[in-house]
Amino acid sequence: MGAGHAHALYVHEHSPIHAASPEAKVAAVLLFVLSVAITPPLQAWAFGVYAVLLASALVVGRIPLRFFLLRLVGILPFILLALMVPFVGSGERIDLGWVSVSREGLWAAWGIIAKATLGAGAAIVLVATTEVPAVLAGLRTLKVPSVLVAIAGFMIRYLELIADEMGRMRQAMTARGHDPRWLWQARPIASASGALFVRAYERGERVHSAMMARGYTGEMPVLEERETPVASWLAVLAGPMVAAVVAVIAVVGS
Amino acid sequence: MTAAIEVRDLRFAYPDGREALRGVDLAVGQGERVALLGPNGAGKTTLALHLNGLLEPASGEVLIGGLALSEETVTDIRRRVGLVFQDPNDQLFMPTVAEDVAFGPANLGLRGEELDAVVADALERVGASELARRPPHHLSGGEKRLAALATTLAMEPEILVLDEPGSGLDPAGRRMLVETLAGLDVTLIVITHDLPFALELCPRSVVMDGGRVVADMPTRELLARPDLLAEHRLELPYGFTLAHD
Ligand SMILES: Nc1ncnc2c1ncn2[C@@H]1O[C@H](COP(=O)(O)OP(=O)(O)O)[C@@H](O)[C@H]1O
Ligand SMILES: [Mg+2]
Repeated sequence: MGAGHAHALYVHEHSPIHAASPEAKVAAVLLFVLSVAITPPLQAWAFGVYAVLLASALVVGRIPLRFFLLRLVGILPFILLALMVPFVGSGERIDLGWVSVSREGLWAAWGIIAKATLGAGAAIVLVATTEVPAVLAGLRTLKVPSVLVAIAGFMIRYLELIADEMGRMRQAMTARGHDPRWLWQARPIASASGALFVRAYERGERVHSAMMARGYTGEMPVLEERETPVASWLAVLAGPMVAAVVAVIAVVGS
Repeated sequence: MTAAIEVRDLRFAYPDGREALRGVDLAVGQGERVALLGPNGAGKTTLALHLNGLLEPASGEVLIGGLALSEETVTDIRRRVGLVFQDPNDQLFMPTVAEDVAFGPANLGLRGEELDAVVADALERVGASELARRPPHHLSGGEKRLAALATTLAMEPEILVLDEPGSGLDPAGRRMLVETLAGLDVTLIVITHDLPFALELCPRSVVMDGGRVVADMPTRELLARPDLLAEHRLELPYGFTLAHD
């Protein structure tokens, strides 16, 4: 990711979703993901409704489809894994000519892929329309324990720093004639990552010192509490509430 | 009057056995501004970490305002001694600069408007008000330095210890830093390799080498001693001359 920055996940736009309060958005994503997660794979129609809801969020949030699909590539490993399920699954088999697959396995694979895509999609919409500090503030307002929020914040903050450090190491190697274009050519990077972990560990100790130096005693101070108007909560939660109703119908009807 | 800082025969070794401090003695008066000089590895950072109780000496004593550093006094002493770290990335860990500046005073119990005012004031003193809502990792090296300084100023320390605050600053940022620091009503210890910077800000210089204090004299006098400077790997910029008065 070279000198890449946090902006990589954020779409600079002005849209109603960008403007909405972060805690409402975080809650909305949680509700949506929960609805998707509990829906039985056999209720295919429900997933159609979810997909329409997600697509409308992309339109309203002015998130380019290309941007969205590129970010979605991150779940590819899960999809590949899910595609193996029908081959190893048990129960009734369906003959595809040269190979037979398990019917149950097919449904399971479909469920995993549909849920992973929708869940990741919702998360992408959240971070594409909300800057990281606001997401963290949203979590705090939702009464997520401040220690957890702090840890999440540190992870994001220092992952970026480590990614930067890695980018710099890579540059230094490239400057001296190494050309790690593919992962499997990156042996020097792999050995350098040992150094990276040591640095990350020592960084952690120094950050802790810096916190102690400013009076940290093990409890993150809670800085601010803001109120979000009920109307704005409802506006943001409208889509996910539809999803929740669909999920309930799907669960009851199966 | 009691000294602001008194260090007596301080010794310290890192867990890997390296002796970083081998008997440091130092006294700094209230309101004094002292430059702490010396080659890389001299032990300057290690000494700074002791002044605020972040490292525990193997032997010797640290007294702040006459109060001996111990487990009972360490919280109080951390409030009185502000430490600005060598790498600002270690010091900026919150999602936004404003939250980072608020972290210290919030730990001291400040909240709401009072906290906001302290944060705004600290950022203004270093000329970094417009950085308030930015995430620290998007700042330039110099901006990070200013933000890190603000996080410490917000705690209103009586003693300010800065570890190489000038590196990464452009000339204007450096001048701003000198002016900001000169205007503070605190006892100041500045670790630096930048001798003109030391001369501008600190009438007194302490040179460390090999874990000991090897020279302690007026900065102007030190800069006129090429033998001492060379021996401890200190260098004036090319073409620099001391104005005579
Ligand atoms: N965390 C550490 N672990 C082991 N040795 C260290 C550590 N930090 C510093 N040192 C060693 O202690 C000595 C003094 O270091 P330091 O106080 O950082 O010097 P300075 O700030 O003057 O450059 C050096 O020899 C350094 O290598
Ligand atoms: Mg140092």
